[in-house]
Amino acid sequence: MPLVNGGKIVDDSFVKLAVDTPLPEGGDILVPAERFLGEADVLLKRSGKVGVIWPNNRDIAELVPYLGKIAAVALVFPTFRDGRAYSQARLLRERYDYRGELRATGQVLRDQFVFMLRAGFDAFEVKKQADAEAFMQTAKRYSVFYQPTGDGRITALHRRMQLRHSEGVGT
Amino acid sequence: MYAYDEIDRTLVNERVSEFRDQVKRRLSGELTEDEFKILRLQNGVYLQLHAYMFRVAIPYGTLATNQMRALAHVARKYDRGYGHFTTRQNIQFNWIKLAELPDALADLAKVGIHAMQTSGNNMRNVTSDQWAGVAPGEIEDPRIWSELIRQHTTLHPEFSFLPRKFKIAITASDHDRAAIRIHDIGLRLIKNERGETGFEVLVGGGLGRTPFIAKTIKHFVHGRDILSYIEAILRVYNQYGRRDNIYKARIKILVHELGIEKFSREVEDEWQQIRNSSLQLDDEMIEDIRSRFTYPAYEKLPHMPDELRQAAADPDFEAWRKNSVAPHKVQGYSIVTISLKPTGGPPGDATAEQMDALADLADKYSFGEIRVGHEQNLALPHVAKRDLPALWKALDKLGLATPNVNLITDIIACPGLDYCSLANARSIPIAQELTRRFANHELANLIGRLHINISGCINACGHHHVGHIGILGVEKNGEEVYQITIGGRADENAALGTLIGPGVKFDEVADVVEDIVEAYLALRERPEELFMDTVKRLGVEPFKERVYATR
Amino acid sequence: MTSPLEQKKIRIAGPSVVTANRTWDGIVVYRTAGKSWSAELSEAAIVRNSDEAKALLAEAVADDVGAIGPYIAPVQIGDDGKVLPGNLREQIRRTGVTIGQPAQI
Repeated sequence: MPLVNGGKIVDDSFVKLAVDTPLPEGGDILVPAERFLGEADVLLKRSGKVGVIWPNNRDIAELVPYLGKIAAVALVFPTFRDGRAYSQARLLRERYDYRGELRATGQVLRDQFVFMLRAGFDAFEVKKQADAEAFMQTAKRYSVFYQPTGDGRITALHRRMQLRHSEGVGT
Repeated sequence: MYAYDEIDRTLVNERVSEFRDQVKRRLSGELTEDEFKILRLQNGVYLQLHAYMFRVAIPYGTLATNQMRALAHVARKYDRGYGHFTTRQNIQFNWIKLAELPDALADLAKVGIHAMQTSGNNMRNVTSDQWAGVAPGEIEDPRIWSELIRQHTTLHPEFSFLPRKFKIAITASDHDRAAIRIHDIGLRLIKNERGETGFEVLVGGGLGRTPFIAKTIKHFVHGRDILSYIEAILRVYNQYGRRDNIYKARIKILVHELGIEKFSREVEDEWQQIRNSSLQLDDEMIEDIRSRFTYPAYEKLPHMPDELRQAAADPDFEAWRKNSVAPHKVQGYSIVTISLKPTGGPPGDATAEQMDALADLADKYSFGEIRVGHEQNLALPHVAKRDLPALWKALDKLGLATPNVNLITDIIACPGLDYCSLANARSIPIAQELTRRFANHELANLIGRLHINISGCINACGHHHVGHIGILGVEKNGEEVYQITIGGRADENAALGTLIGPGVKFDEVADVVEDIVEAYLALRERPEELFMDTVKRLGVEPFKERVYATR
Repeated sequence: MTSPLEQKKIRIAGPSVVTANRTWDGIVVYRTAGKSWSAELSEAAIVRNSDEAKALLAEAVADDVGAIGPYIAPVQIGDDGKVLPGNLREQIRRTGVTIGQPAQI
């Protein structure tokens, strides 16, 4: 499954651990939420980076105390129809000010990329190679956005205000 | 009318090109049907019994004449020459080819029409009073707010994959013509004691398998906060709405399971975190949207022109005027409802020719504007009273002057088993038979206001729960069986109907309705007592007795 | 989506066909014995027991590009061997709506 990060297909430095996989000596690891919360002290003392795989039915606020110490949060789309992780992503970025890697995992397809980018994801475990290759092209598909999110793109309402003021038609 | 600007046009065009690419990938096999289904639904494309069905949004029910002509064009070029207006201010085409859909969408985009989110588990078309902006006594034109909400919820990055579909309706009148109490969110525009505009917010209404009337979640949300308040409701719903069972996934179930107090606390907590964000509307933003709704340059006209006085001698004209023409906020003008319920016709259907001809009439008599209401009728919102006789004659020639608005033959019906892959029983033939039984205008008029609603399955697209007489088709041992309820209503006093007894067969439905109506005529205290008031006074028993005494 | 093959145990009560809607234009089609689709019910492969039905459906499901939403539908075989739809829904799918379409003016 190709990983897209920074708009490009890249090698994934993280190794995913299951609940009972023995902890490797070094290297970057992605750990299921349950295990992370249970062994946080040990995990965070290791040399490699640590990320958490957070299920979409668990309150993301539980992760807040650790956000400064972890390198990645992987949110899960068990199917592409299940949109809970979009809310979790926005909360992480916009409410809890998380700045590390925010990764979309599970059923991640081309036609969700724009939504995911807008919700704050910056890394994508893409299900299909062709979708991963089409990432940059797909990300540029829209130039107009109606709602404000943490991605900083200007909304239609605000752009209209700018246009009004720049054209001096503010009547 | 709301005029699209370059920003709106760009978005619609970008959406069309995205969908074109999605269709291409589907037809090449790059996308499986399982993957594509949600993408086509997000753009209003269903699979029905005979073909794909294509649902086009008519936001808050307002159409310009060039838009109506574009709908006629789509009906003619890509479909079978007609369309079906729905209870949510949309229009459906029943025979569209997937391969041609991107072209149809591109044709519609040229006049600012789209099909975004007319199906799928996202925010659906924001609906409103079809008399918005012209009805006397409104707080303000609810379409300004409908448009703000439409924009905010279009391609929303967080709420495009909700547990289930989500519908908002807005009214600004005391009399609710938008059926807000059977919506996921119902908004009633009001002013607070300081004279500021805001909303009473209702939540958790809906019909279907488990019908609920919406409950008030907040008595006043200031207009500037409405987007953040809706966002808070959606966020709570997106996280906690059930996804394990499609029949329990609507917000009404979440509200019911949590209780309105707990649900509203969750929303309140979320709202307090986001209300002072960029979601807050300032006056200038609201004014910008408001300024793009233009209103006709009305003339100063007499309340009772000579033309109208003369035409009053014609009983056919008067019959039509009495139930199709409503007061306008400007003196000398009227709102004209156009019945899409001809005797023997499928409720809500219009041919391409009728659409084109109506567009011409709207240009001539209604400042180029047409409305679509949830009762599956159309309206011309700005007709000078002096033009009413001429308009009536023209409508009559088109088969669009049936004088039955709000009468027993003004039936709301879903497409039913004739079109719909979810249906268990037919709806349209039942409606057709009822319009024949009650075709006599004197009789219909004697009966007075009476709404019949017909659904062909438990999903309740025909809103049978809130019909004064509700008819629900089910399937039993391979046969169509119909359950009859009475006493429902969809307005500001919304209520769910009560089942009167065992289901009846296809051929018996019209007889049963006749029995109910005869019982009502015998039981009412005076001619002004409407059917629903008699049912309220006496309950269902006397009607039940009448219907089942001989069956 | 659960595959139609897994939805429930496939059991048929009488002669049946596999029907679906053609992907590119949506029209009603029937699975033929020649591993393709036809708009004619008379050309449909008739299955008479659950194993045959399951096999035909599996083959139809595999052709996801050709047609969508395949399922098993009952048919009746007339004395003359003519194949007729087995219920009202299938009757309507085959012959169209039971109502007049709106009159052209």
